[in-house]
Amino acid sequence: MITAMMASSYNAKEEDGHHSGAAGHGGAGAVKSRKPDNTAFKQQRLPAWQPILTAGTVLPAFFVIGLIFIPIGIGLYVTSNNIKEFEIDYTGVDSNSPCYSCARNFSSNSTTPCTCSLNFTLEQPFESNVFMYYGLSNFYQNHRRYVKSRDDSQLNGDLSSLKEPSKECEPYRTSESFPIAPCGAIANSLFNDTLELYYVESNGTRNLVPLVKKGIAWWTDKHVKFRNPSGNSNLTIAFQGTSKPVNWRKPVFELDPLDSENNGFINEDFIVWMRTAALPTFRKLYRIIQKKPSTTPTLPSGRYILTVTYNYPVLSFDGRKRMILSTISWMGGKNPFLGIAYITVGSICFFLG
Amino acid sequence: LYRRTQKMFCVGEESWVDSRTVYIGHKEPPPGAEAYIPQRYPDNRIVSSKYTFWNFIPKNLFEQFRRIANFYFLVIFLVQLIIDTPTSPVTSGLPLFFVITVTAIKQGYEDWLRHKADCSINECPVDVVQQGKVVRTQSHKLRVGDVVMVREDETFPCDLILLSSSRHDGTCYVTTTSLDGESSHKTYYAVPDTMAFTTEQEVDSLHATIECEQPQPDLYKFVGRINIYKDKEEPVARPLGAENLLLRGATLKNTQHIYAVAIYTGMETKMALNYQSKSQKRSAVEKSMNAFLIVYLCILISKAVINTVLKYAWQWSPDRDEPWYNHRTEHERQRHVVCLFIHRFLAFMVLFNYIIPVSMYVTVEMQKFLGSYFITWDEDMFDEELGEGAQVNTSDLNEELGQVEYVFTDKTGTLTENNMEFIECCVDGNVYIPHAICVRMLSRTTFFLDECSFIKDFTSVCGRPTSFYISSSPDEVALVEGMKKLGYTYLRLRDNHMEILNKDDEIERFELLHVLNFDSVRRRMSVIVRSSSGECLLFCKGADSSIFPRVVSGKVEQVKARVEQNAVEGLRTLCVAYKSLTEADYQEACFHLTEAKLALQDREQRLAQAYDIIERDWLQEKAADTIESLHKAGMKVWVLTGDKMETAAATCYASKLFRRTLYLWVCYSANTRPHNHIYTLLHLVLHRCSLSVDCLDFGLIIDGATLSAVLKPNPESAGHGNYREIFLEICRNCSAVLCCRMAPLQKAQIVKLIKASKEHPITLAIGDGANDVSMIQEAHVGVMGKEGRQAARNSDYAIPKFKHLKKILLVHGHYYYIRIAELVQYFFYKNVCFIFPQFLYQFFCGFSQQPLYDTAYLTLYNISFTSLPILLYSLVEQHVSVETLKREPSLYRDIAKNSLLRWPVFLYWTCLGVFDAVIFFFGAYFLFDNTTFTSNGQMFGNWTFGTLVFTVLVFTVTLKLALDTHHWTWINHFVIWGSLLFYVIFSLLWGGIIWYNFCLLQMYYVFMQMLSSGPAWLSIILLITVSLLPDVIKKVLCRAISPLLTVPMACRTI
Repeated sequence: MITAMMASSYNAKEEDGHHSGAAGHGGAGAVKSRKPDNTAFKQQRLPAWQPILTAGTVLPAFFVIGLIFIPIGIGLYVTSNNIKEFEIDYTGVDSNSPCYSCARNFSSNSTTPCTCSLNFTLEQPFESNVFMYYGLSNFYQNHRRYVKSRDDSQLNGDLSSLKEPSKECEPYRTSESFPIAPCGAIANSLFNDTLELYYVESNGTRNLVPLVKKGIAWWTDKHVKFRNPSGNSNLTIAFQGTSKPVNWRKPVFELDPLDSENNGFINEDFIVWMRTAALPTFRKLYRIIQKKPSTTPTLPSGRYILTVTYNYPVLSFDGRKRMILSTISWMGGKNPFLGIAYITVGSICFFLG
Repeated sequence: LYRRTQKMFCVGEESWVDSRTVYIGHKEPPPGAEAYIPQRYPDNRIVSSKYTFWNFIPKNLFEQFRRIANFYFLVIFLVQLIIDTPTSPVTSGLPLFFVITVTAIKQGYEDWLRHKADCSINECPVDVVQQGKVVRTQSHKLRVGDVVMVREDETFPCDLILLSSSRHDGTCYVTTTSLDGESSHKTYYAVPDTMAFTTEQEVDSLHATIECEQPQPDLYKFVGRINIYKDKEEPVARPLGAENLLLRGATLKNTQHIYAVAIYTGMETKMALNYQSKSQKRSAVEKSMNAFLIVYLCILISKAVINTVLKYAWQWSPDRDEPWYNHRTEHERQRHVVCLFIHRFLAFMVLFNYIIPVSMYVTVEMQKFLGSYFITWDEDMFDEELGEGAQVNTSDLNEELGQVEYVFTDKTGTLTENNMEFIECCVDGNVYIPHAICVRMLSRTTFFLDECSFIKDFTSVCGRPTSFYISSSPDEVALVEGMKKLGYTYLRLRDNHMEILNKDDEIERFELLHVLNFDSVRRRMSVIVRSSSGECLLFCKGADSSIFPRVVSGKVEQVKARVEQNAVEGLRTLCVAYKSLTEADYQEACFHLTEAKLALQDREQRLAQAYDIIERDWLQEKAADTIESLHKAGMKVWVLTGDKMETAAATCYASKLFRRTLYLWVCYSANTRPHNHIYTLLHLVLHRCSLSVDCLDFGLIIDGATLSAVLKPNPESAGHGNYREIFLEICRNCSAVLCCRMAPLQKAQIVKLIKASKEHPITLAIGDGANDVSMIQEAHVGVMGKEGRQAARNSDYAIPKFKHLKKILLVHGHYYYIRIAELVQYFFYKNVCFIFPQFLYQFFCGFSQQPLYDTAYLTLYNISFTSLPILLYSLVEQHVSVETLKREPSLYRDIAKNSLLRWPVFLYWTCLGVFDAVIFFFGAYFLFDNTTFTSNGQMFGNWTFGTLVFTVLVFTVTLKLALDTHHWTWINHFVIWGSLLFYVIFSLLWGGIIWYNFCLLQMYYVFMQMLSSGPAWLSIILLITVSLLPDVIKKVLCRAISPLLTVPMACRTI
């Protein structure tokens, strides 16, 4: 099709030329002008660098890559190994697990929270800031129906979206003819277990480990992407005319009644949850245990008790819940993969070289 | 006659279908003469444009969606609009819109050019005779039947019948350069009864009708009849032929003005009819491209099926299907199970649809369109003498130039210069050489004079009777020049009389009675003249094979011997014979000729004498070198010529087509041989060929008669098997084939035969004359040679000289092929890399069709992040330098038989794509595996995961192209680094670094957060390295195995 078109377009031009003053016999002037320009581009003679991948050039490059990669890999590996991480599963699948009864007798409308405590021991002290995560397994936060079930403009404090949430939030859009705030499946399934950590001193006294809930969400999320509905500093009034998500026990303006900077949509736990995980097994930052000014380690080795207010059901979909304590280096949490990969690739290159 | 016409009109409607009646000046014929039936004809508006302002959008869209790929994306887009799909309709709508828009702009621009051209043509002024006055009007207002006045150097506005001319003899001279490319001046004749008209009034008083055939595209055919009504007399009927028909597009020359009547107007003119009929050729690359597309379509469908099935398997337990945290909507629950299945399947299709590269077609098209400019721009292919460079008429076949296996070339004018020089003539066995005129000759003037006069007659017919001589046929020029040296100067043609200045400075006059023009079937041309002494003579000029059988007396044997001797020397020979006609003979011939101008064949003349004229035909410069290169490049060169075997063979030797070591097989002059003879001969040849195929080169010479015997299915030889097969087998084993004595149609037959053989080789035909047109059109690639002429318009590429074939094939063809092959493979590769991670991701998101990448990335990947580098690569890449390609023709063999687009290569690229995709995905997977990689402990979500994969993807894919680039000009640097930079900048902007409004998007600050993490950088570097590693290793290994120049090629073919 295109060929025919192009051909005919050439013809048209040619024809044009002949009609408008017999260009075909235009004489020497016309002939001269037809000579193509002698530019490097038109003659395909642009100056060019012509690298050729030969063994002579590539193998030394491999060698160099190997030399660079191996130390990086070793560095990464050592860093990763120095990171201390502790993980404890508190789902309560096992009958002798302390949370077994909570897990079994779970009912969403029970008003009395079920609490269980787990004992564990840290063999090594955790220095510097310690990050406390909760981990969920087999939880498909990346399911398409789930991922899109949110209304970003509502979360940004848009008043019209507050009253009229997006269709994407179905079936968590309205409840008893009131619009749900925050709407959608993600918000509805907000992780609501409460985790508390106690250090058991040698004399048996329990010391509550102070957990900081600030700085667990992205700064931009907390300050730009998520906004409470504007107009009223009193969140109770701001959220009037909306309904709480069906699975929630308390409305959104009571997520953290004590701290107005952490309440409503800008509650950090909520924001963290709203950033959907990439894979079905994931962890999310729960709290930060800040370094003590003194030289004592943040979490000294010894016995600890984790107290869980067990609200979040996962057994129905064969999920697991974990609590993770981890220190962090410049390269993040414990992940030997990157170091090993670097060492492997580096050695391959090195040996090829 | 009245009754006859009456009867003719009443015969019935069917006769009307193929003839039309034109009333000159729109005047009704005298009452009662015949029924006046006004017919409606189109006006003289030329419409070469396809669209109008109003219908452009609907029509263009319709045209574009007829293309399967566009239609596919339209369907995907509609599916996205209708059902709830993972990606928004924008992701496929925008690229489609982009592609459609780019194509529409291009086509719209072309159409606008055509509109402009049309407009200037339609509005150019025309002089029409109305009521005895000349009225100036616009071209498009012209109607059939209008009497038009055309002045010198004006172009005919439509197809006209010449009524009268300002010249006394009623002739006019016309050049048809823009029609068939022939720059010679042709003579046209007025209707004898009207040629005396000189003023408008006279012309206006004419009362006549013209009956002629309905318009048809053949430029050289016209049959008609003019009925002239004089006062109350029976109308006079005169035949009209092509010599009376002035074609639109031709230009009037050397004639002050003419009066003519319009018979075909507007789109019915022969020129317009010719423009519409051009068949499209499809290149082998396009075929493999479509094959790959089908494979990818299958992959796409199987992916969607696999995922749909797995989705159902995975969702078997309701806890997975609908966990408490993720309920379905009511709407979805109520859907019928079959409907749901289709819905899910389509959703997967949509998710993976990008595996079919949406922008590939548009990129390929742009590459071809822009790339073809390099051919036109090439200075090396510009010929100073002709003032012309190469032309590209069909950019679709650029890469086909790199795939040619068979080159069919015409000899005269293509291999050889078409500049003839008169060497000698032989009359009755006596040889005359122009520069050695001896007195002896004068004593024998009679014959000689006749001959000269013949030549003059002849030339005057075709030539232009001015002081210098221009003719369409170079041998005529040579003849006139040669005769001049012998003392006979052709002066002019006046009132049908030729004037010739003889040796004694006397003017001899010959009356030109009839001209029977040359045609390729008869292979001869005849004139009938009357000498001043009143004697009627018929002269016949032609090839020896057509003249000798008709000669009845004279020293035929001597002449024949001389002819053959000269032919062996590589000279071109021409024979002339004459017969004096008695008055009765002449009258009879005259009668036949005028009554039935078309039935020329029955004119069986016996000729009395034979002459032989010999001319030297010079080989074009560097023709031998070119042929040698083509041979080295693995191409088989066939010479197809209408010439004698000896002459052609000599040329072949001279041009190194036949080397001295070549073992020649000759199948010649088989008119008399029985069929089984040929058969045994062929078998013998075949046997020998197969026996010693390694040690000797074979050449084959075959003539047209034998060839037609071979190709004609013969009932008798049914038992002997098929000649065609055997012939093909032989030809495949021969390195050079010469076919002589070929008719134009036979040339096309040969090309067709080879094209249709088992391997479907790509053929190229090169020729310069009208007799090569059919061959050029038949071949995959047609190239026109020097005297471009009619062949120019029908060829796909036009080059000034034969030697340019070397550059256009070995350099341009090679480059285009490499470029387009890489382009196609790369497109599939990058889309595999793009979509396969998304496929893998489905296994980790519960087959929920969750896209891995953000909408903007999905949309822009093909149209902006990765489009320009490959386009520019495919325009400027030079894997080997021009000089190397020219020096080493054997490099051409590396890409023969579509080697870069074969299945193994395709498989390699696809596997590489899958490998890279796996690396991207699992690299990111393990990095994300249940841990954090920021230094503040915060976690990343699924969009960061996708962005990481996408970043690695864009960099790897672009760097892979960078690795394949062998020729880094600033353009390559600019687009490769530029598009990477563009990706980064775009991601930053899209992440809302400047516009706060983007905070509502899911990608808000995702890219920046990712870059703020050290391990992300490290893993990006690592993954890119790993992805590129196998390809680099492959390249190095290939080079190590064969450290020759051809390595890049060898490696591409694995």
